[in-house]
Amino acid sequence: MNRRAIALLLTLGIFLLVLPEVANAYVLSVATLILFFAYTGQAWNVMMGFCGQLSLGHSLYVGIGAYAAAGLFFHYGIGPWAGVWLAIALCVAMGAAIGFLAFRFSISGVYFALLTIAFAEFTRIGFDHIDWLGGPAGLFIKVAQRDKMDLLDFRGPPAMYYYAALALTAGAFVFCFFLLQSRAGYYWQAIRENEEAAQALGINTFRWKMLAVGISSAMTAVAGVFFAFYYNNLFPEQIFNISRSIEIILGPIIGGVGTLFGPVLGAAVLTLLADGITELLAAMGWEIPGIKQVFYGVVLLLVIMFLPHGIWPALAKRLGISR
Amino acid sequence: MNFLEVEGISKSFRGLKAVANATFDVPSGAIVALIGPNGAGKTTCFNVIAGVFAPDSGKVIFKDKEIQGIRPDQVCAAGIGRTFQIVKPFAGLSVLDNVIVGALQRERSVASARVFSLSLLKKLKLDAKTDLPASSLTLPDRKRLEVARALATRPALLLLDEAMAGLRPTECDEMVGVFRDLNRADGLTILLIEHVMRAVMALAQKVVVLHHGEIIASGTPAEVVRDAAVLECYLGEETEV
Repeated sequence: MNRRAIALLLTLGIFLLVLPEVANAYVLSVATLILFFAYTGQAWNVMMGFCGQLSLGHSLYVGIGAYAAAGLFFHYGIGPWAGVWLAIALCVAMGAAIGFLAFRFSISGVYFALLTIAFAEFTRIGFDHIDWLGGPAGLFIKVAQRDKMDLLDFRGPPAMYYYAALALTAGAFVFCFFLLQSRAGYYWQAIRENEEAAQALGINTFRWKMLAVGISSAMTAVAGVFFAFYYNNLFPEQIFNISRSIEIILGPIIGGVGTLFGPVLGAAVLTLLADGITELLAAMGWEIPGIKQVFYGVVLLLVIMFLPHGIWPALAKRLGISR
Repeated sequence: MNFLEVEGISKSFRGLKAVANATFDVPSGAIVALIGPNGAGKTTCFNVIAGVFAPDSGKVIFKDKEIQGIRPDQVCAAGIGRTFQIVKPFAGLSVLDNVIVGALQRERSVASARVFSLSLLKKLKLDAKTDLPASSLTLPDRKRLEVARALATRPALLLLDEAMAGLRPTECDEMVGVFRDLNRADGLTILLIEHVMRAVMALAQKVVVLHHGEIIASGTPAEVVRDAAVLECYLGEETEV
């Protein structure tokens, strides 16, 4: 991380801090969405970008995290500050189960990805049958009053959610920065690049892969809690849907897998473009369902064709920033 | 007692006996070469010692402890470092970071691992290329990196799988010098698989010859090259070509 990178971060940080002062409600909601995807993308990146373990089922952790905190709040009035710990515990347990099955029995690559999809899918179906959490009809928590701020229960105006998302994204960025400099970062990248060689150098690959899954699932659990209290309604069909998982991973892939800026940049590019195009079409009087997905597909195709390592590595080179 | 003892190990793959009842030992501080024609079972032998495969039968005893069947990372932790015949660099990482990964096996912090890694890269004449991605290295440099990375784990025994293959004679002599220096100055014990006889003759105090998974000869380099069975297996192979 050189001077230019720090300057860029500072500029970005100041811009994001003052944004709610100047932005209208719509812009703020888009910015919150970008930060949400930047954060979840960063969480996914720990597993795939750092450690090379492809998860296509990260909606699982968003969903479990969201339902855990929302359920506690809905039934017992227990706020998210307590709920988030249950969310993390459940998601880490789930991640550990997937990781154990896969790494113990040497399931890797696309087969590992399939396993993550399978877990997300059967959890989705399972949640359809949990009446306590609303089943397919959904779970609704009381909508926040926009003018009153209740930090304890995480209910408040949009700006509060925006700043919460900003804090998560910034925290994840710094956390991942230090992870990469640590023993774990070196070991994960070694495993990503060549697992056999990593093992020959004394790395207990099972243990370090499990750690990557644990950290990634715990981070994503927090995103789930945020999601629940921001949107106030949860449906298994939506939150566990594979398209959610895809949305999470598109940001880091387009921004640059394994880089720190990639997930943030990718989330911004995708959300802005997708929202922009939806707005543009609406302004022209066209409402085409699914146009966002088509657009995602096209952007992904272009990035893979022209920037196979994502936008950030190419941009970083231009800006004179290393990685 | 010996430093490394391989006692009657056998390993088959789908009925094909890759190694059959091989027994040899490596004394502490020695350089021992494992030679033999292609397909003789040398690499399989290495992989059994390094923990990649558990042997079907037999024992591997390192410093009085049986190590056959334990995982490769445990073998490394026990003090055995290895290189791969087909080099396996961490292509996306820098040359320095490649070595740091190995150094972290014994070093407590990344900072101290970095210092140690830089000294190793200097020893292997890669110090001008520390920041380059490993993927940009030429084959001889990759071989050197492979060695630096294995040395970074501070092994007591180093297993070299064809570390000289593909090197030019001068480069080969340079590597021989590096290994001899490591052996004499640092007391590193080395077991090497090698086809380059120039290196074998220059380095090894003892040579073990494998053919069809069995040990057919063992002794000093001078003895082995005069051995009738060894000559036959090598000449036999040459006429096939």
